[in-house]
Amino acid sequence: MNGSQIIVEALRRHGVEYLFGYPGGACMPIFDALVDAPEIKIILVRHEQGGTHMADGYARATGKPGVVLVTSGPGATNTVTGLLTALMDSVPMVVLTGQTITPNLGKDAFQEADVFGVTMPVVKHSYLVREANDLPRILNEAFHLATSGRPGPVLVDLPKDVASNECETDFTDEFHLPGYAPPARGSADDLEKAAQLISSSRKPLLYVGAGAIISQASRQVIGFAEKLQAPVTTTLLGKGAFPENHPLSVGMLGMHGTAYANKTVVDCDLIMAIGARWDDRITGKVSEFCKDAIKIHIDIDPAEFGKIIDPDLSIAGDAKLILEDLMPLVDKLDSQSWLKQIDRWKNKYPLKFPKRGGLRAQQILKELDRLTESQAIITTDVGQHQMWTAQFCKTNEERKWLSSGGAGTMGYGLPSAIGAQLGRPNDLVIAVVGDGGFQMTMPELATAAIHKLPIKVLIINNKYLGMVRQWQQLFFDNRESGVDMMGNPDFVKIGEAYGIKGFHLRRTGDITKVLQKALDYNEGPCIIEAEVVKSDNVFPMIPAGAAVSEMIIEEPPSDKKLAKPVGST
Amino acid sequence: MKDTPNEKGFSVSLFVNNKPGVLVRIAQTFARRGYNIDSLVVSSAHDSRYSRITVVFQGDHENVDQILRQLNKLIDVVHAVQHGTDTSVDREMTLFKVGVKPDKRAEVFQIIDVFRAKTVDITDESIIVETTGSSNKIDALERMLSSIGLLEMVRSGKLMMARGLDPT
Repeated sequence: MNGSQIIVEALRRHGVEYLFGYPGGACMPIFDALVDAPEIKIILVRHEQGGTHMADGYARATGKPGVVLVTSGPGATNTVTGLLTALMDSVPMVVLTGQTITPNLGKDAFQEADVFGVTMPVVKHSYLVREANDLPRILNEAFHLATSGRPGPVLVDLPKDVASNECETDFTDEFHLPGYAPPARGSADDLEKAAQLISSSRKPLLYVGAGAIISQASRQVIGFAEKLQAPVTTTLLGKGAFPENHPLSVGMLGMHGTAYANKTVVDCDLIMAIGARWDDRITGKVSEFCKDAIKIHIDIDPAEFGKIIDPDLSIAGDAKLILEDLMPLVDKLDSQSWLKQIDRWKNKYPLKFPKRGGLRAQQILKELDRLTESQAIITTDVGQHQMWTAQFCKTNEERKWLSSGGAGTMGYGLPSAIGAQLGRPNDLVIAVVGDGGFQMTMPELATAAIHKLPIKVLIINNKYLGMVRQWQQLFFDNRESGVDMMGNPDFVKIGEAYGIKGFHLRRTGDITKVLQKALDYNEGPCIIEAEVVKSDNVFPMIPAGAAVSEMIIEEPPSDKKLAKPVGST
Repeated sequence: MKDTPNEKGFSVSLFVNNKPGVLVRIAQTFARRGYNIDSLVVSSAHDSRYSRITVVFQGDHENVDQILRQLNKLIDVVHAVQHGTDTSVDREMTLFKVGVKPDKRAEVFQIIDVFRAKTVDITDESIIVETTGSSNKIDALERMLSSIGLLEMVRSGKLMMARGLDPT
């Protein structure tokens, strides 16, 4: 066998069904070996960034690692954004990059880039393979690292001669990772301490992030919350870890979370993070965040402890195992008046939007949620539409909400929907995108069309980079700068050029009819271009760096001047 | 003792895989948080599949534990620990080139003698002095030789080893 055949055999052994890729000189031997492995299907993307987001969407929707194969130089550097996106959101991914032959390394050969060096800060781990005989072990390690502990992207740089050389094949399950031992169960001592802290709480709050989804702890979170009678808030990425239609759910917290979730945060006497990392869009001003509440932090990555918040107790381990072990140690809490208070907030501060003045994204999304009975897998881009979708499309199951949270990568929506649909062919997949982000990876419409994937692409088109415009309006005296998307094409016509069905949505009265038509269309992808009100804003909003208690619940009067945010974004 | 800086910042000892790129990942972990590395010693361990690294750096007290966790998170780092002076021994080796004419040599030899240093090279214009010891001792010798005419100094950086049976 040669190196490429070993690589392909390793992919087969790891159960890879799709390879999101783009060929080039340096990875031709691997593409050649794939000809003899028809069970691994190559999805030929239109840009490597799109390929990484497809692998990412596949991974988030299925829990299995997404795999990417690209060539050296620009092919490899085009994966950097996708690697960052996956690293920030702990997504299992293996990215194989072609490389110039080993004697050429470091000599500025054609299409050579120091990809090992370029990508180092955006991977969980990486390899530059110098010996074909190392391939089985390295690929074992790559898949193990990508999928275990706190998952993340692993890059394997493959010089063309390594991929071509003959070598002895020795497929074992072995790997050598002496510095890697992710924690699993919490210590009995810590669990006992946690139970004690919890038992004295009257105003508890469970704050659940993507870690709970990764460890498949949804059932345990529900059981734990119900046993304690504790309310649950989820992060943007934690949507689906706890059903948002559950009476104990207060929905999403943070900068654009629900007012009642944020009020619960401000008033709770104990907050327990389960697979969440106190992101700056959640804490706002850290010194004010849950100042007097007991903080418990459960995370599989001990490097998260004390990074932002110094918890009263931290437990390193797998969320599911820790909750299972903690369950018998806790009892129902005396939280009835707390839950009643939260219900009052829910009634007083529901999510709302102006009903007049034209077509509103919020209303479209609310109707989409109703028509799909919150059952669709939803992907988003980044910006206002992302926040509105998070607010108005409820997520009741894990792995049905796919959004770039940590990195905030525009262009994520369409390709991640392609990956999700390939991984879960029987599910309804909807990409909600903005007109800005959509155009960053728009060429992947071809990829969706070729495979006749019945994805619905809902473009919330306000002809603006709306979130930036919102900040300019609120914090920069409405001085618009670089936000007008003048020159947007007719997106339905763009779709037609790819042979994709399209629907215009221009009037509020047409929302149900148009959405239903799109949902009924299953011959392939379709586009719904919704031309919405240009200058709408997302509320509630906690200005970046402000305390959670400084939340702005609804649009302030236009003459009210707000201080410039002290937080970064 | 663990959280107090030694005479020159914080000292961290790492046991890592001996392969290309490991040092870059470690250096990036410091650089990303804006920590300047004061001294760095890297060499192959007794078992040559691994290397030992000693890093001395300036930083805030509360961030040292965070840096250790970030270092331990690196796949190639087998362990990273902070050692205090009570739990470890540390040494540095230094070469000093002193500009000195034959008529002034006696003064240099006197200092060398007090510090139990060695002369390893001698010319009409200069002497090279070698010494090993704690960073404090080397700082003191540097001050003494500076007053005579120090031309160059090369310090090895700090080497550390845990006392007793504790692993370094």
